[in-house]
Amino acid sequence: MSGFPWLTVLIFLPLIGATVLFTVKDASVRLVALGVTVADFLISLPLWWLFDASSDRMQFVESVGWIPSLSIKYQLGLDGISLPLIIMTTILMPLCILVSWHAIETRVRSFMAVLLIMESAMIGVFCALDFVLFYVFWEAMLIPMYLLIGVWGGPNRLYAAIKFFLYTLAGSVLLLVAILVLYFQGGHTFDILELSQRTYGPALQIWLFFAFFAAFAVKVPMFPFHTWLPDAHVEAPTAGSVILASVLLKMGTYGFLRFSLPMLPDASRLFTPLMVILSIVAIIYGAYMALAQADLKKLIAYSSVSHMGFVTLGLFMFNIQGIEGAVLQMVNHGITTGGLFLCVGMIYERTHSRQIADNIGLTKPMPRYATFLVIFALSSLGLPGTNSFVGEFMVLVGAFLWSKIAAALASLGIILAATYLLWMIQRVAFGVPAAHILPKLRDVNLREMVALVPLVVLIFWIGLFPNPALTRMHTSVEKVIARVVPASQETASALRQPAPSTRRALPTDVDVPISREETPAPRFADIATKEHRP
Amino acid sequence: MNFSVGDLFLILPELLVITAACVVLALDPVLHQSRKDGLVWLSLGTLAVCMGLTSSQIGVPTMIFSGLVVIDAYGAFWKLLLYFVTGLTILLSYSYLKEERLYFGEYYGFILLALCGMMVMVSAADLLTMYLGTELMSLSLYVMAGLKRTEPRSLEASAKYFVLGAFSSGILLYGISLLYGATGSTRLPQIAMAIASQGLSDPLLLFSTILLAVGFGFKLAVVPFHMWTPDVYQGAPTSVTAFMAVASKAASFGAFLRVFVEGLGGLKANWSATFLLLCIATLLIGNIVALVQTNVKRMLAYSSIAHAGYALIGVVAAGRIEHSSSIASVLLYLALYAFMTFGAFAIVAMLRKGGIEGEEIEDFTGLSKRHPMAALLMLIFMVSLAGLPPTAGFIGKLYIFRSAVEAGLTWLAALALIFAAISAYYYLRVVMVMYMREPTDHSETSPRLVMSPTLSIVLACAVAGVVVFGVYPNPLVNFTMQAVLTLK
Repeated sequence: MSGFPWLTVLIFLPLIGATVLFTVKDASVRLVALGVTVADFLISLPLWWLFDASSDRMQFVESVGWIPSLSIKYQLGLDGISLPLIIMTTILMPLCILVSWHAIETRVRSFMAVLLIMESAMIGVFCALDFVLFYVFWEAMLIPMYLLIGVWGGPNRLYAAIKFFLYTLAGSVLLLVAILVLYFQGGHTFDILELSQRTYGPALQIWLFFAFFAAFAVKVPMFPFHTWLPDAHVEAPTAGSVILASVLLKMGTYGFLRFSLPMLPDASRLFTPLMVILSIVAIIYGAYMALAQADLKKLIAYSSVSHMGFVTLGLFMFNIQGIEGAVLQMVNHGITTGGLFLCVGMIYERTHSRQIADNIGLTKPMPRYATFLVIFALSSLGLPGTNSFVGEFMVLVGAFLWSKIAAALASLGIILAATYLLWMIQRVAFGVPAAHILPKLRDVNLREMVALVPLVVLIFWIGLFPNPALTRMHTSVEKVIARVVPASQETASALRQPAPSTRRALPTDVDVPISREETPAPRFADIATKEHRP
Repeated sequence: MNFSVGDLFLILPELLVITAACVVLALDPVLHQSRKDGLVWLSLGTLAVCMGLTSSQIGVPTMIFSGLVVIDAYGAFWKLLLYFVTGLTILLSYSYLKEERLYFGEYYGFILLALCGMMVMVSAADLLTMYLGTELMSLSLYVMAGLKRTEPRSLEASAKYFVLGAFSSGILLYGISLLYGATGSTRLPQIAMAIASQGLSDPLLLFSTILLAVGFGFKLAVVPFHMWTPDVYQGAPTSVTAFMAVASKAASFGAFLRVFVEGLGGLKANWSATFLLLCIATLLIGNIVALVQTNVKRMLAYSSIAHAGYALIGVVAAGRIEHSSSIASVLLYLALYAFMTFGAFAIVAMLRKGGIEGEEIEDFTGLSKRHPMAALLMLIFMVSLAGLPPTAGFIGKLYIFRSAVEAGLTWLAALALIFAAISAYYYLRVVMVMYMREPTDHSETSPRLVMSPTLSIVLACAVAGVVVFGVYPNPLVNFTMQAVLTLK
């Protein structure tokens, strides 16, 4: 497929913007940065409609030779899994700039440049179809993030920055070895699609799985590799926390879905119990840790560990509900947690404290702020009608089909999430504020509203109409499942039996061209009635 | 011995360099202080001419002087790299020597003499010719290391370098003589033939190989023959350190690869196992000891030791499989290493003001405020040394590890990458003090940092190499592939 190089433009526009930043006047740095990210968002938006949901092929593919002697290609493309993640990234970036408008007063130019470089690398990770290109983008993100935490972070930023850096670097060094081994085993190519079509020996798959696991599990972060996350979140500036939680963590789960599952199907099946156990431990442990936190950012950081546990749980269910739920939950977590971090950043700007005890009773002085906070918190705990409900519910349905005990344990996470979030809301939103902070509590202004409203819209839009997103993922997810659960086993295993029924419920899915938004028969509602027996 | 005038044309670059060196040495005492800049331009002009001449020699390998010297693409690759690094050294020295108040015309003469030695080393097809080149290089470097006569550390560096260097040269020479005893020749092709015909059983052969490995081990600063490196790198003037860390290492690798691949190729299995041990030890010691350094030059010294370890991975791989692509990866690694290491040393040289400021890592504190450009460049060099994309350091590591995996040394690649992750800590510490610590009062009052025009050229060349080859390494890769084809 040729034509307009959408993805190249999408990746390199922020990079060019970052260099342009160094030529403009001090006063207009923020505006230029905002302009670049908004432009990037507007460029990414048409992809949502241009994307052909009925095809499981990569779309908007660009392929040029890059380093011929190693047959490394500059190859980009989108499928239903990467598309929502890219749109999520481009939506979040302008919001990050908006929220940093006054929060960052030192070295604004460098700060904005670093954010833009991050955006390039993040979009690159989600589009890359060449393993080396992917690795380049994956690693290129480390230094900007390190600077973001280390230069503009909180008091303990040096420790947090180096911990983040070394953890993620140590995790991903083995990835490079695995990539090189695949290169020789997979016929001297780094092409991700080609590598995904070959079969590798069982022993090799196990080794590669662990190498991939080291890289991706640190990034997700899965228990017990999560210890860098709370430190990094607490010390990072608001924009850094948002990027970290909303986009960076998704790269880990994206890696599992893009590489581990299709390339190493046998090892993935073999290690499913391990992955499920780690996911459930993360769900419950993260939630318990969140209960004990007095610092708002730490609370959200641990809730991220818990929520990402749902994503990894869903991925390793190998059924349509689990994986689609996981992908949707990746996006949802990005939106919801991003919103929560934005809220925490705003209150920190006012009271200069992230402690729950210092920010009590905000509803009276800041009604609009409290409304936003409550919406994000409710979305995070998975209230029906919000986006996370859809994602978590699908993951749980998927888990239920695999093992009732696993699903029951994972459900505990939702109950705990309700506990720690409602308790947090109870203290922060309601209660009597201390008199001395009252003058500081200005309600959110227009700029901050602009940063929060898009996320609220997305929360309800995905919560009420998940199908536009789900239809786009559907064929891509099925392709992954077909790869990881071969047809012969499909019939033998009871795992996927309900899946056809759900597919039948979506008649438009098979070969009739889909009229997207207007599609009747919401598949999600179908699952709800068929599988959910209260 | 046959001799033809045509041979002289082929070694015209060497002749030009040595003539220029003599002219510089001769003119220095008679020229007035203010006109000594002319010597710099003379040296640079010579390099430019040599670069043109050598570029035209990338063709069919030609043996000259009855097989003492070979002119081929492999030698041309190293020579071009050496001209480039020497040119950068001269430019760097131009401003650095003034800062340090070192006005020695002979400095440039010694650089050119050392360069000539290196050129002989990389194009020698005979062990004795190679040895002559090594000695010419080393003797010039001993003098250059001790150039700051007033500073004890510089003298100590020079003395230490001389003693250990002489020692290693002795071992090298001993190895050469034993090899002559075992094979009856000092010419590399004849040695290869002798080994092929008489087999590997001769203990003398193995012993001489070990001695050669030790001798080269000193020159390459490979653990456990690395002891001189930190002290010498720290004590020598920074411009000389940069020259030693890059040019002398490149030339030593050039000679080393030619001797072991072309001459001792039949003993592949033996030397590959030896270098495997040296390689692991080098990676381990280089990276771990660098962690605790507080002096930037010492840190970079250990980093250069560690990088020799990465390059050795390619050599080990070359001993196990058909060698050309592995050797090419070593060439590529050293060329890319040249850019980033030289850039880092150039920043260190820039920070140095009289006394000893600018050598401790602490002296980089708040550099991003004091001189944002210098801090950004240092950031790029450190990231590249740590081997992170999208810089040259990553491309170098990618090719090296590719060779390792191809040779079935996946575990070695994994081990080396873990060390690379460890190395990120000490490189990032420099970034950390530059960007994340506020300048102290002391550094506020210190003289303003200026990037002189010549230094700017040096840094621009280094950073261009790091960034351009990090994104588009193809020209360099193709050149290395072409170069190793002439290595039999």
